[in-house]
Amino acid sequence: MSTAAIEVTGLVKTYRLGDVLVEALKGVDLSISPGEFLAVMGPSGSGKSTLMNILGCLDRPTSGTYRLDGEEVGGLSRDGRAILRRSRLGFVFQGFNLLSRLSAMENVELPMIYDGTPASARQDRALSALASVGLADRAPHLPSQLSGGQQQRVAIARAIVNTPAMILADEPTGNLDSATSGEIMGIFQRLNDERGITMVLVTHEPDIALFAKRVIRFLDGRMVEDRPVENRHRPPAPRETAV
Amino acid sequence: MNLYSAGKVAFRSLRANKMRSILTMLGMIIGVAAVIIMVAIGEGANQRISAQIASVGSNLLLVLPGSTTSGGLRMGSGGAVTLTMSDARAIGKELPSVRAASPTSRSNGPVVYGNQNWTTVLQGGWPEFLEMRDWNVVSGRNFTEQETEAAAKVCLLGQTVSDYLFGSEDPVGKIVRVRNSPFTVVGILDRKGQNPQGQDQDDTVVLPISTLQKKLSRGGRPGTAGAIMVQAVDADRVKEAEEQVIELLRQRHRIGQGGTDDFTVRNLSEMLALAESATRIMSLLLGGIASVSLLVGGIGIMNIMLVSVTERTREIGIRMAVGARERDILSQFLIEAVILALTGGAVGILLGAGGAVLTSQLAGWTTVISASAVFLAFGFSAAVGVFFGFYPARKASRMDPIEALRYE
Repeated sequence: MSTAAIEVTGLVKTYRLGDVLVEALKGVDLSISPGEFLAVMGPSGSGKSTLMNILGCLDRPTSGTYRLDGEEVGGLSRDGRAILRRSRLGFVFQGFNLLSRLSAMENVELPMIYDGTPASARQDRALSALASVGLADRAPHLPSQLSGGQQQRVAIARAIVNTPAMILADEPTGNLDSATSGEIMGIFQRLNDERGITMVLVTHEPDIALFAKRVIRFLDGRMVEDRPVENRHRPPAPRETAV
Repeated sequence: MNLYSAGKVAFRSLRANKMRSILTMLGMIIGVAAVIIMVAIGEGANQRISAQIASVGSNLLLVLPGSTTSGGLRMGSGGAVTLTMSDARAIGKELPSVRAASPTSRSNGPVVYGNQNWTTVLQGGWPEFLEMRDWNVVSGRNFTEQETEAAAKVCLLGQTVSDYLFGSEDPVGKIVRVRNSPFTVVGILDRKGQNPQGQDQDDTVVLPISTLQKKLSRGGRPGTAGAIMVQAVDADRVKEAEEQVIELLRQRHRIGQGGTDDFTVRNLSEMLALAESATRIMSLLLGGIASVSLLVGGIGIMNIMLVSVTERTREIGIRMAVGARERDILSQFLIEAVILALTGGAVGILLGAGGAVLTSQLAGWTTVISASAVFLAFGFSAAVGVFFGFYPARKASRMDPIEALRYE
């Protein structure tokens, strides 16, 4: 069997809130294969965001191991994790998190600025990433000139521009209407199908989770359910440019 | 992230907050302009003093008579006539460290030409006197050795005297009456301006000391010297010359061990060096006070950068999430601070230079904008930018990406 994309064992994360120790994750074991499309569900406070932060190398586990593509990354330094984020991971957030003063194009260029890609290559790659989410004609627009769905697609373009192995999406449709949500999920499915990018999606909408191939459910810092998705949602044929 | 991209990012965010950036820079602008103006004024004063020092003549010693004890009463310096022409001659001829010596005597009196008269200083000396004081004859000639021997009635006019008596007429060869004796004007002296005490050095008539004493009965008995001016061979040997002059005069005046000198040797360049160091201290002081405003400008930058870091917490979080390392964030904010400081510094230099020119025109002060002051101010503003930008930039770079992303 090939190496798992993600392999976590005995993952524990505790926070100190004032004098109280909060156990956000109480020993999680999880294995995600390359090319998988995983939805993480659970009520707020169940630890799913904490898991995402650790999987996204934004945070470090208190104990336990985290292997990304077979490489132990739980103990990496801040800079080590930053390099990992920009080269192997892509993020999509609920609030889009685009820089409001930069154009769509420049937002997509951002991860490449930090890895030193030359300016000309940067623009080519940013444009083709925008094209793959159907926004090539919106490149010079500021986020404020785009609809929510368009902004989220810019964010997806930014996430894929460095050809990551995995995209972590934290409630990506939380601020979108259902039609737009379907479009966004369709894009994720295409990226997963056609490019083999591993998808990890946090959501609390069961509808959205149906776009995934596998669903896990969290409660009080523990994984309580892990099942494949039956009757997987398939969005209507993509209206936009093909991936 | 390379420097160019970092600079571009920094520049954009400064432009996004134009008013704030300009106000922040204003602190630096005022600080740097103040430093430039103050140093320019200080330098100007310094240069004026140096010019005055040069106008007195270089490497000069002045031997003054005096401090004789007469009946238990110690006379002050210059209180008695103890110096003679032969002292001056001996100093000039016998001492290896001395280039020239000349007795001098001063008096004053009216000088008349036609229907104009002017009371001025009558300065007696030997022909060497003018050269020792670096005083050029602009028209005509100096008086000669022979004229000194013969106590000839010849004189040279300072510019001020020449202006008052002759106006635009050429005085050379004309006869003036000095204390009612007819004198031939043989030369006109170059303009020297004020001495460090503020006296007009051009308000004088220079004539042979023998003429002053014998023909005008002024400036002491013939053969005595009111003072002796001594010029050392070069600046390094002024001290040596001073010692040798003292030694020689003690011998000549037969002053034994423990006896009190009946003369005093003053080192003129030393006195003037003192004046020079006083102005230097003044200009340092001015520069120092102005530097305080530079410091205040720097604190302004730090203040605004701290506000900016807090405001842009979310931006920092996003940049970190897409892979910015600590040093990327650090350099972004540091470069912003340095751009603020340097732009402020550059504008301040221009403003300061303009202010210095204006000061010299309005107040009539000499101001000198030195390249070193400009470079120093520019370098100092860069340093201020780095120093005061570092803390906010570090704060930004140390943020927790999760916290930063959550920040509203």
